[in-house]
Amino acid sequence: MPEPEPGTLAAAELALADDALVLSQRLGQWAGHAPVLEEEVALANIALDLLGQARTLYSGLGDEDALAFLREERAFRNCQLVEQPNGDFAATIVRQLFFSTYQELLYGQLTTHPLATKAVREVAYHRDHAEHWTLRLGDGTTESHDRTQRAVDGLWRHTGELFQPLPELDVDWSALRADWDTRVADVLTRATLRVPEGAQGHGWKAGGGRQGLHTESFGRLLAEMQHLHRSHPGATW
Amino acid sequence: MTTVLPGTPSDTPAGAGPGTGADAGPDAAPRAPMDAEAAARAYGPAFDAAVAADERIEPRDWMPDAYRATLVRQIAQHAHSEIIGMQPEANWITRAPSLRRKAILMAKVQDEAGHGLYLYSAAETLGASRDDLLDKLHSGRQRYSSIFNYPTLTWADVGAIGWLVDGAAITNQVPLCRCSYGPYARAMVRVCKEESFHQRQGYELLLELSRGTEAQHAMAQDAVDRWWWPSLMMFGPPDDESAHSAQSMEWKIKRHSNDELRQRFVDICVPQAEALGLTLPDPDLKWNEEQGRWDFGAIDWDEFKAVLKGDGPCNEQRLTQRRTAHEEGAWVREAAAAHAARKQARTATEREGAMAR
Repeated sequence: MPEPEPGTLAAAELALADDALVLSQRLGQWAGHAPVLEEEVALANIALDLLGQARTLYSGLGDEDALAFLREERAFRNCQLVEQPNGDFAATIVRQLFFSTYQELLYGQLTTHPLATKAVREVAYHRDHAEHWTLRLGDGTTESHDRTQRAVDGLWRHTGELFQPLPELDVDWSALRADWDTRVADVLTRATLRVPEGAQGHGWKAGGGRQGLHTESFGRLLAEMQHLHRSHPGATW
Repeated sequence: MTTVLPGTPSDTPAGAGPGTGADAGPDAAPRAPMDAEAAARAYGPAFDAAVAADERIEPRDWMPDAYRATLVRQIAQHAHSEIIGMQPEANWITRAPSLRRKAILMAKVQDEAGHGLYLYSAAETLGASRDDLLDKLHSGRQRYSSIFNYPTLTWADVGAIGWLVDGAAITNQVPLCRCSYGPYARAMVRVCKEESFHQRQGYELLLELSRGTEAQHAMAQDAVDRWWWPSLMMFGPPDDESAHSAQSMEWKIKRHSNDELRQRFVDICVPQAEALGLTLPDPDLKWNEEQGRWDFGAIDWDEFKAVLKGDGPCNEQRLTQRRTAHEEGAWVREAAAAHAARKQARTATEREGAMAR
């Protein structure tokens, strides 16, 4: 699989496509397991939007299936946030809040990119969904509040990576980061949750996804996603 | 058109009061303002006339308690089937072999959840509650379609489910678009449109496999071999053993008997299988020139009964997954309820404050 040259627009688009595909795969794991029927619909809907975004971007770069199914872990450029396991519903929602806020701001700046006009409406819906659930869970019961706070604290370390500039994208990264901080802090505060300190928080500072350095669960995600495609080389489906 | 609306000033649907509804059988407690017998005498003839004239019965119309109970049971079990039916297909979402197929499958599973929602709403127009119906599903007091107790072992099963299982469902459901109960009939119109789309996608998936590599073709044939007979069982027991059929046909809830629909399905599938380049696993299948239909072999009704009883390959797994999702989601539903209550209280306080000013 030929790789786009690092630092090119193609490399940036590949990273965005990988983000969308990997998060879609994670959300797909919820099917049949959601806490209410309405969330079966909502989570599948979001997964489907993300998959659509990934396909649009991959298709501009080459063969979408070759890119999704025939690259190995070290060649994927998604951020580590999206590959984090679903955990409980709170962890899924917080991951979604962090990522959809990022995507909405990012796509909002990419006004001339062919993907952005359609996708920006989708990601606004995703952010809205995540925001409402963060408020319900944070400002719900003691249990839901504690679970959501744990999710915020646990996932925070993966947020710093979102703001590593992807060269050739016409984005003001420091403004993006400032807006993200403000918006996320606002939602968390309204949800009676504590904002962890600093954009990257305490402990080990995660990052490396954009360089193909991933967390351990990611290899299994790919193994599951790719096994059938790889078992029948050259077949069409 | 509604012709059986009792002249009560109440806004509540008949039968939605306490002590009636979901399981109210013919012995349900009498309800105000008229007892059941008097109501049946007053409105029964109009109900019968409306059904005979192919008019739609609507939620606020009077209806026999047994009609209501039959519909609640049937619609609920239909809704449950959509929800449980998500599982065998969702089993392949993360492994779909192309992004296009993954998107199609995700959309399909999402549609099924949507169908479940419409159907629970239709059941609620009869005075049942979704929570209560889900509770009956989880405790095994209401059933779902026996077909979803079979496992999806390969990718081709996703195609076989689309072609055969959705095909059988459509054959069953298209006549329900003319069912005498309005909300159910209207739900079926929406459901059938989407199901037909799913069925074509399933057929196309199998066609691609059948014309693909040798391994893909074999995978498709194996799936059809495993899903054919269970699909025929979806039409229910033979006519002479079907407990509810006669009454349901009289009420125009059902329009055709189980065996009629099964025959129609076989007649549709045989040429489709041929076009797919796949065979159906029935040595007795042969064209009956005289009757103008396909004769087919005997169904293993012992297997059908075992699966219905809970002894199919996946009954335990399907119900356990559903219960687990529900139980593990309890804290989420509690949080949503607590948040909504707090928000409502805040709004009320603000309104009072505004009024005080």
